[in-house]
Order: sequence, then C-alpha cells, then structure tokens
Amino acid sequence: MFLNSNPQLNQNGELHHLLSTEGLPAEILRQILDTAQSFVGVTQREVKKVPLLRGKAIFNLFFEPSTRTRTTFEIAAKRLSADVINLAVNVSSQAKGESVLDTVANLAAMQADMFIVRHSQSGAPYLIARHVGEDIHVINAGDGRHAHPTQGLLDMFTIHHYKHDFTRLRVAIVGDVLHSRVARSQIHALTTLGVPELRVIGPKTLLPSNVENLGVHVYHDMAKGLKDVDVVMMLRLQNERMQGSFLPSPQEFFKFYGLTADKLALAKPDAIVLHPGPMNRGVEIDSDVADGGQSVILPQVTFGIAIRMAVMSILAGNR
Amino acid sequence: MTKTALPDTEQLLAALTEQMRPHVSAQTGLIGIVTGGAWLAERLHRDLKLEVPYGILDVSFYRDDFQRKGLKHKVSPSEIPFEVEGRDLILVDDVLYTGRTIRAAMNELFDYGRPASIRLAALIDRGGRELPIAAQFVGATLALPAQQNIELKRDAQGRLSLALTQD
Repeated sequence: MFLNSNPQLNQNGELHHLLSTEGLPAEILRQILDTAQSFVGVTQREVKKVPLLRGKAIFNLFFEPSTRTRTTFEIAAKRLSADVINLAVNVSSQAKGESVLDTVANLAAMQADMFIVRHSQSGAPYLIARHVGEDIHVINAGDGRHAHPTQGLLDMFTIHHYKHDFTRLRVAIVGDVLHSRVARSQIHALTTLGVPELRVIGPKTLLPSNVENLGVHVYHDMAKGLKDVDVVMMLRLQNERMQGSFLPSPQEFFKFYGLTADKLALAKPDAIVLHPGPMNRGVEIDSDVADGGQSVILPQVTFGIAIRMAVMSILAGNR
Repeated sequence: MTKTALPDTEQLLAALTEQMRPHVSAQTGLIGIVTGGAWLAERLHRDLKLEVPYGILDVSFYRDDFQRKGLKHKVSPSEIPFEVEGRDLILVDDVLYTGRTIRAAMNELFDYGRPASIRLAALIDRGGRELPIAAQFVGATLALPAQQNIELKRDAQGRLSLALTQD
C-alpha cells in the first residue's frame, strides 16, 4: 500500500498505524508525548471531552481478553467524541470459525475508521493493517509477546512527567522480560528517546537470549541491577503465558526478584516505580512498595488515557 | 507587487490597551489564543494591571479543519488558571480573519464553564470573515490580499512585531 518501508508511516513519514515503538523516529515519539500533555489538561476539566473525532467509528477488536486496556481505549475514544464499538471476538465470530481478515473486512464494510487490535498472536495487527483500506488506521493494543506500544508510550510519558530528561537517566526493567510485549515496547522507546543506561534484571530463564543486542545491560542479581537507578519498571509475572517450568515457584521468584522496600532502597532515593498492571502483589512487587511514596502506578493509568487520546487523534488526522 | 506598509506594533498595542482600559475590571479574565494572542494577553494583563492571572488557549482540538489538515505538530496545553463560570472574559488574538479560530475558542471555553460574557480583542482585523463574529477592541484594520498572511513575532528580548508572509 505504501512505498515507505515502515508499515506504520505514510508517504509523508507521518504516523498512519501504531503497531510498535520499534522503528519510530524520536520526533514522532515526542509528538505523541507533547500532544498527550495537552490532553492531560482536557481530562482535568469540568467537561472532559473535545469534539475532535466526532462522527468517527472506532472498533475495539479484542481477540484476547482484557478489561483495563480495552476500557482505557474506550474512555480515550469517548473523550475525543468518537463512537466506540466493543467487540470481544474470541467469544463471537472466532468461535464460529471466521478468519481474522474476514472479521476485519466485515467491520470495515460497516464504515470503521479505526481498529484497536489485541491478539494473542504476535503480528496480528500488522496483518490487519496490511489488509485494511488506506483510510483506516490500526492501533496495536498488544500482540502476543511482541509489542504493546501505547503501554510503552504511557510509561515514557510517566517517566518524562517525573524525571523530565531522558538523556540523564539510568533505568531498570525487572522481571519476566521473555514473555513481555510491554518490555519490548519500553526498550525500543527508551533507547530512541536517548536513555544512556538501560538495564534488564531477571533470572536467565525469563530473559530472552541475546537481549544484549537491544542495547541493554543484563543483570541476574537484583541488588546489583537496582543500584543507583532513577526508574524501576516492574513487569507482571505472566502466569497465563507460562507453559513449562520457567520458575520453581512464585514464592521463590518474589524472594529473588520481587520489589521490596529493602531492594528499592538500593536505587536512588528519588527513584520512581512503574508497573503496567494488573499487579501480582507478593509475587513481583510487595504491597508496601506498590502503595508507597515512590510508586507512580496509578498516575500511569491516568496518563494512559491521555496517551491513547493523543495517538488516536494524531492517526485520525494523518491521511 | 506593492509592499503593504505595516503599522508599528507597539503603537497598536498601546491603542488597544487604552480602548480596553475603561471596559475591564480587576476580575476580568483575559484569554490569549496560542501563540500570538497569548503573547498579547501577557502584555495586556500587565499593562491593564489585572488581578486575575491570564489564560492560554490552544484551540487545536476544536478546529473545524481537522479533517483536512490533521493535528498540528506541536499542540500547547490550554491553561485557564481561573474559574470561567460567571466571569466576564476577553479573548485575545493577534489577527482576526475568517473568525473560525474564535468560533473554536468559544466552543472550548464553554467546556470550562458558562462565562457571564465573552468579548474579543484583536491587534489586527484584516476582514474576510466567514462567520458572524466581530471584535469589540481592535488595534487596526488592514485590508490584505488572500494569499498574504500577517502574523505576530516575538524576538529573544520579548519584543513583539508584525510580519507579512506569502502563502
């Protein structure tokens, strides 16, 4: 469809689909963060709505269950005055045997303007983006182990909100990197935005082989990895994605890699703690930390709405 | 092509300030439209010695040309640091032309509350209105050909000046 080699960009180099933070120029990442900043103001007003996407039909197309992400996309779309249609496809068409592309073609025939896609298969949003008409935009809301770009972007927004300058930060991503699409989206965005020292911390069984190639420093010891970091990004232990034995037990994981106040004390005193949710308290994070003064986990949720508003409005405005 | 002579910006601003002075109270809310109008609001707020801090409006999320033009690259956050509900407001912009920006600004303002009144101050009124909108306070009226644009600039020292550009 496009001459450009990056399937996310149109001929003018503008964002047409949001599929991954990988390969997005820093300029586009910053545009999204700046636009989201303006939407934060909107969501604090008496009327939390702007008329920007009035008359647009946005389909939440969830082939994999999710409550929070779907809800935040829905709120974001409604605050832009779009019409939102929620489809939990795993319980309807797919059960009847319809293919993903047939489902999408049918919805496109209903004059859809945008698809928000969540799928357990990596690459499904790419497949959809390749097959929809040029006037339809696709946002990846999480595909397999591959990417979850709006989560990565809201994490960038949160870090920027508290720490301002990416180029002076030491950032640690902790936990189950292997199964985490969030981690991949974070790593690409942090790298592009110029974070000079990025660490991943986890047991060998939960880190992808050759993860160093993404430009990160690998630690298996939490105490060493957290030393003097500015930002701690916890990952959820992906129980439902774990087939086979990657770990002896959740209790064992907590002992070595769970974030407790003692371990957090090794980071800088003003370090912030992020978590993409939903949290497994007592597995990857202790309640004292999750609810403590350095936690920015609830602001992440609030900023997530502004980020999704920004992405939708930038995409909808680009031909 | 004839060169349009531009009026002196400081003189226009002084004239605009004096026009507005009898019509404002300490509680009047000034709201400047990004970017030129916001600079003007800052100056007017100081020169008119208003008590209420001035507000800034970026109307990007309310524009009627979003379908054609998309979102501009850099949207600034709107900031209205006072209660809009029940207040007399004056919108400030550098150049009044089609009136579409003012329409967008009024729509946005009503999402903050129901003001007692809204008036409009513009440094330049260049005619060419496409909506039933008029300014109550005007620095100068200037007829310009459609392909010509006029905009306010601010230099590093904070000095304001008008500049002509071609489409």
